[in-house]
Amino acid sequence: MLIDTRGLSCPQPVLMVFPHLNGAEPIDVLVDNNASQENVSRAARKQGWNVDIKTEADGIVRLELRK
Amino acid sequence: MPPDPEGRIVHGFSNNEDAVLVKAPPAGMALVQTVDILGPIGNSARLFGQTAAANALSDVYAMGGIPWSVMNVAAFPSPENPDDAPISVLAEIITGAMEKVAEAGAVLAGGHTLDDEYIKFGLAVTGAIDPAKAARNDGLVAGDVLILTKALGTGILATGIKAKWPGFEEAEKEMYRWTTHLNTAAAEVIRAMGLKAATDITGFGLGGHLLEMAKGSGVSAELDCSALPFMDQAEELASFGLIPAGTYRNRDHASCHTTVSSSADELRSTLVFDAQTSGGLLLAVPQERVQEACERLNALNEPAFIVGRILPMRDKKEQLIIA
Repeated sequence: MLIDTRGLSCPQPVLMVFPHLNGAEPIDVLVDNNASQENVSRAARKQGWNVDIKTEADGIVRLELRK
Repeated sequence: MPPDPEGRIVHGFSNNEDAVLVKAPPAGMALVQTVDILGPIGNSARLFGQTAAANALSDVYAMGGIPWSVMNVAAFPSPENPDDAPISVLAEIITGAMEKVAEAGAVLAGGHTLDDEYIKFGLAVTGAIDPAKAARNDGLVAGDVLILTKALGTGILATGIKAKWPGFEEAEKEMYRWTTHLNTAAAEVIRAMGLKAATDITGFGLGGHLLEMAKGSGVSAELDCSALPFMDQAEELASFGLIPAGTYRNRDHASCHTTVSSSADELRSTLVFDAQTSGGLLLAVPQERVQEACERLNALNEPAFIVGRILPMRDKKEQLIIA
């Protein structure tokens, strides 16, 4: 599953990702700012997910959330 | 309208005068002046008004001043569509603000409202102060102990409320409980003890404001993470990633002057920089007078949280140490 949070500010990205953290399907999240990156990572880790951070072009970061 | 028992308003705006004549404070006192406006926080117009007023008055209290007169500064979109906030919302905001101005013992000298895209509200405040006894941002001395008078977490709680996170109604009550509280008692302690350094904690967070003071004073400062007071739900909401971007910006802005010890709690070391609205006063108290300061605050029903201490500069640099 891909969740694109580019252009959105906190708390929107966490609100978009959070409902999917109850499942186990791998989730990729695109973020374009540091606050979103840290907040989505926190929410995922809190729910027991591993977070892999991949830097892409133009300041975009892909967070690979894996259970 | 806040009462004016001393007749400070000599000639008011009741007959459409454009400016107001205000009696000066007693001879020998100086004026301390400040202006601060906010965007809405939480969902209650009246409690937002109280918060904005307490927030603006706090700058006067942080120096040990006594609020003398205020002017409202408001921006409000003209209601044009049924979905727009009605003008009664502005009236509620002002009602809340005036409740706090009355509590502070100041009088209303006037104000100005602007037709604007977004709601904003605040006060321009004039206070009276003995200039020789004003507490300052740059008066920290190595050995001072830091006492904070309000719990931290308004930025986090406001984000949780905005997100309608489970429990947000309680979070809103908790947030307003702190943000609408005036820093009157802490200012009284500054005056009674002749404290030399204090500030109020607002947008830069505890860490940001303390670092500003340290730089101005040529010292380092240490905060004890485990001693920090937080509003109910603040740490829980933060652990779910409900941290405003401003908090991270504050942390990153201070990073080249900040050392976080390996034993410090990671989440708390970020929340040190949570942007506060109408936060408490941070008082610097000489070590031998800490007990006296705590007793004086508690006697006025004000909390006294000992959160850190002032150290000499490290490697010839002002540092914020989060331990």
